[in-house]
Amino acid sequence: MKLYEYMAKGVLAEAGVPIPRGRLCRTPEDAAAACRDLGPVAVKAQVLVGGRGKAGGIKVADTPGEAEAAARQILGMDLKGYTVETVYCEQKLSISQELYLSLTFDPGAKRPMLIASASGGMAIEEVPEKAIVKRGIPVAWGLQPYMAYQVARRLGLGGTLAREFSDLACRLYRVFVRLDAELVEINPLAVVDGHIMAADARLNVDDDAMARHGDLPKTDESTPLEAKVRALGLAFVQLDGDIAVMANGAGITMATLDVMQHYGGKPMNFLDAGGGSAAGPTAEALAILFSTRPKAVLVNIFGGITRCDEVAKAIVQVRQQQPAATDVPLVVRLVGTNEAEGHAILKAAGVDAFRSMQQAAERVVALAGESLPVQSGQ
Amino acid sequence: MSVLVDEKTRIVVTGATGRQGSFHLGQMLEFGTRVVAGVTPGRQGQEVSGVPVYDTVETAVEKHGANAAVVFVPGTLAKDSVMECIDAGVPLVVVVSEHVPLHDAMVINAFAAERGAMIVGPNTYGLCAPSARCKIGIPPNSIFQPGPVGVVARSGTLSYELVGSLTDAGLGQTTVVGMGGDRVAGLNFIDMLKRFERDPETKVVVLIGEIGGTAEEEAAEYVKGMSKPVVAYLAGKSAPPGKRMGHAGAIIERGRGTFESKVSALTAGGAKVAQLPWEVAPLVKEALKA
Repeated sequence: MKLYEYMAKGVLAEAGVPIPRGRLCRTPEDAAAACRDLGPVAVKAQVLVGGRGKAGGIKVADTPGEAEAAARQILGMDLKGYTVETVYCEQKLSISQELYLSLTFDPGAKRPMLIASASGGMAIEEVPEKAIVKRGIPVAWGLQPYMAYQVARRLGLGGTLAREFSDLACRLYRVFVRLDAELVEINPLAVVDGHIMAADARLNVDDDAMARHGDLPKTDESTPLEAKVRALGLAFVQLDGDIAVMANGAGITMATLDVMQHYGGKPMNFLDAGGGSAAGPTAEALAILFSTRPKAVLVNIFGGITRCDEVAKAIVQVRQQQPAATDVPLVVRLVGTNEAEGHAILKAAGVDAFRSMQQAAERVVALAGESLPVQSGQ
Repeated sequence: MSVLVDEKTRIVVTGATGRQGSFHLGQMLEFGTRVVAGVTPGRQGQEVSGVPVYDTVETAVEKHGANAAVVFVPGTLAKDSVMECIDAGVPLVVVVSEHVPLHDAMVINAFAAERGAMIVGPNTYGLCAPSARCKIGIPPNSIFQPGPVGVVARSGTLSYELVGSLTDAGLGQTTVVGMGGDRVAGLNFIDMLKRFERDPETKVVVLIGEIGGTAEEEAAEYVKGMSKPVVAYLAGKSAPPGKRMGHAGAIIERGRGTFESKVSALTAGGAKVAQLPWEVAPLVKEALKA
């Protein structure tokens, strides 16, 4: 789960990380009032996607009138598919240097990692690898001040700045561990009047650890449809095609989308119904897929332990109960225990059933009217 | 011969009295796996499918000489269970639990490294050595057959699909191992490639990867120096960037972890990359002939 900038900054401030003064605003009038109190401000769109500066989501305002106008422009604006609902008005800084600092994990080394650079800011993606310092952190004892101080020296910082950098990095590490974060990023870490402060902040909390952070505010990037299916406890991603797909297991679901696309089909979604039984939530999810009026539906179940006859019964039942579903072509690929019985149940209900993933994918694409001309070669 | 496990592997199941644990304990026994004990705190004295249950892993190891463990407890409790297994001296711990917090996975791995234990997972289906009749974890019993192919994968059901297609084509397996779909995993591709390279019975290796992270790119570097042929299949060609495709680790972030990057790295490393799932078995057959 990603936190908005203002939430992340609240967490950092509590941990003793210096941040600029700021205020969350929901209306242009709020922004004008914030500017009257704070002086010149940066009006910053609160969204969960990166790159908002380049996309026009940050504007500087010197007067309450300008702040109001900036907020009016930004509020309601579409930023990479997300509507801006709030802005954060923050005292304008005169920054002499922009650094970069983040804590994340290194999957190869299986431990946390500190990443820093003396050139931060909007162009961080273009900073050459050699200008970036990476430092692995031992899990058992965590980031020690001397480690962070070494990094500061390697960035070319000295004196007060190096000491402040080290102190700030250690505070950040404690937040990283305490909140089960997968990323804490400060970009830019700004030098203002000879001191460093977090001019921006990103904090992403591990979804698998949310149960132990019930006190954190909740944010949600899901589309309404994604929220509905995920509420059933299933992994779901909305895509921009028109053939709905359900399979069991993340890898096989990805492969099903790939195979369908290979034959010219356009997948509408990723839905992993899990390796377990087909009853309950899976049937509900299938019903939701039908309700989105796809051109066709493909269900790909490699059963193994799951019983195919039970899967088939559940599918047929959903189809009969959903009035919208009867005219949507449905193709099922079903392999596993009691396979023959499963196929018989599906065929009796007029559903195409296959043993081969290849045939099922070709069939559903044909039914949706999206087949590519036969390719030579592969 | 098999890799990682053999006929002498004696397994303790943690979370043995739970719905998943008790069901799969029975399935493992049916496969022929030597499951010697179960563990659920507070349930000592009970039995699951005739296997005795104890309060602690320590007792199970003392009484039955368990030398491998499989963890079925819920994700947020997995760290404690895995550390208990390692502390009891179990050298191989297979973590089936899903949704293990990232920081817990890092702690587990640090502890395992300190004690010299091997972690498989989390979020893995486990592993199977058909000729040793040893299956640890949750894959369906019916898909395996002894033979010359070593398989290492990130995804579970995709492994079942592809292992099933190998078996259907008469291509049995030495050992099939799932690394799990999480971002921080214990055993990785290279750990397994090294073992397959050394194992005299393994003639071909199948590597099943997916988008996200750089594990496949790192594996490709090792493949370059291997004497045995490697056939790869990668899922996620059609996945958009920035979206988590079911597995925590299956996400293209900041341009990293793309399908194209993995295909080109593995191809450059000398692996044959199958474009479609059903091309894997024919490519393995070809590699065996060469």
